[in-house]
Amino acid sequence: MANSRRAGGDRVFWLLLSFACAFALWEAAGRFRLSAAFPPFSDTVMAFLRMAADGSLAKAYLSTSQPLIIGFAICGVVGVGFGVWMGLSRTVEWLSVPVFVILQAAPMAAVVPLVTYIYGIGLTSKVLAVVVLAAPVIVMNSYKGIRNTNSSLIQMCRAFLGTRTQVVVKIILPHAAAMIFAGLRLGLAMGFIGVVIAELLITPTGIGDLITYHSSVADFPEMFAAVGSIILIAAVTIHALERLERRLFPPESRGS
Amino acid sequence: MELTGIGKTYATGVEALRDVTHAFPAGKLSTLLGPSGCGKTTLLKIIGGLIPATAGEVRVKGKRVDGPGAERAFVFQDFALLPWATVLRNVAFGLELRGVPGEERLEIARKFIGEVGLAGFEASYPHQLSGGMRQRVGLARALAVDADIILMDEPFSSVDEQTRRKFQEDLLDLLRHRRKTVIFVTHSIEEAAYLSDQIVLLSARPGTVSQIIQPNVNRGSKSPDEIRRDKNYLDAVDDIWHVLKRYLG
Ligand SMILES: Nc1ncnc2c1ncn2[C@@H]1O[C@H](COP(=O)(O)OP(=O)(O)OP(=O)(O)O)[C@@H](O)[C@H]1O
Ligand SMILES: [Mg+2]
Repeated sequence: MANSRRAGGDRVFWLLLSFACAFALWEAAGRFRLSAAFPPFSDTVMAFLRMAADGSLAKAYLSTSQPLIIGFAICGVVGVGFGVWMGLSRTVEWLSVPVFVILQAAPMAAVVPLVTYIYGIGLTSKVLAVVVLAAPVIVMNSYKGIRNTNSSLIQMCRAFLGTRTQVVVKIILPHAAAMIFAGLRLGLAMGFIGVVIAELLITPTGIGDLITYHSSVADFPEMFAAVGSIILIAAVTIHALERLERRLFPPESRGS
Repeated sequence: MELTGIGKTYATGVEALRDVTHAFPAGKLSTLLGPSGCGKTTLLKIIGGLIPATAGEVRVKGKRVDGPGAERAFVFQDFALLPWATVLRNVAFGLELRGVPGEERLEIARKFIGEVGLAGFEASYPHQLSGGMRQRVGLARALAVDADIILMDEPFSSVDEQTRRKFQEDLLDLLRHRRKTVIFVTHSIEEAAYLSDQIVLLSARPGTVSQIIQPNVNRGSKSPDEIRRDKNYLDAVDDIWHVLKRYLG
């Protein structure tokens, strides 16, 4: 126990050291004026604090989070539902697996302008941008989770007189839960990409607006602070989900 | 428990079994023994109703069956335990599927966990147990549903030798007192001779009944080591070897 805490402490130390080195390099590069558009780390941090204080960051995230949350919720319900259905029904599997295999490999960001063309520049388009990016991995992971169910557990359930519904509810779904959750985590990461692309490409709102505006008036520290903030938020959220995942589904209890 | 003319040809064209006819005596332990790949698992799964036969029929107490039933319980070679459930829930799982109410089924499960010697491990998860202990969980689960017929597919194959001996003895104790009909698949000649009332020797693929051997080991009050020196036991081992030798090489 003491040992693992020690190792944890070591990890945090190296992590901080690596960040400190990166930031120091950034600061140096900024001070050398490599480019007029590249502010030092310290200026960026100050800009970040200013934007946090005057509420512009909070306002931006309030609007950015909307399409992200709505889109992710849709994927969570419809995407997981569809993936599970694909895993359970041979017909649905036949019809849709090829499509999702292609969608998952394709650079879906390219579809975002098309979405704008069809749905205009409102919230709908931005939600769709999130869905288009996040859905394929969520659907495919749910599908694979279902299809990978240990066939001997299914046979066991049937041998003990389980009905088809019981097989699904008591064996297949719990078995797939870990993989579905991992799909949601990957989907959320894609969702962040989707919402940023939407806000940069469709109409500047939220964090996209902050980035576009500050770059257009050459407030580079503010622009960098806005970019940095979205990276930070995405990284922290996804890391938190990863920890939750390890807690809910410890690797040794997953079975195979 | 009777089999008449059981045949099984897999969709791949492999003929695993041909015309297997045999009656398993009630309340006895019968072993299915035969060369590798001769269709032992296939036959046991057909008896269990887990896969359909392509010919013949299975009768239990005179009634034809073609699916799993409450009077048969299965012990799986790979244990087939729910990795996300505790020992207690795993043992109670057969009852859970039958809709037995919570407290009642846990009560029953606790009793059988005690009988297979796992008291104190109710709250453990399968990955925390050794292979032998996991198989005891599988056995307790099969006993908990109170089936008359217990089907076991090489239950000891992933258990180390010492644990295996102890387990065999416990199994004999548990089953003889309950007068269960047990059908047991094994690779091991010694295990078959040691445990069985009757040994069904299958031929190489397509498997069919090649000979039936009754070891007649007089267990009485003998210790396991005495049984292993018993003349009938040694004769049975010899007989089995004599038959199986033909299918090798
Ligand atoms: N699902 C299946 N589809 C096609 N062929 C199968 C299937 N299951 C088993 N077989 C084939 O049927 C034959 C009998 O298999 P089975 O598993 O019943 O043999 P076994 O006697 O249990 O073998 P072992 O001693 O290795 O456990 C083998 O040749 C095997 O390859
Ligand atoms: Mg087998």
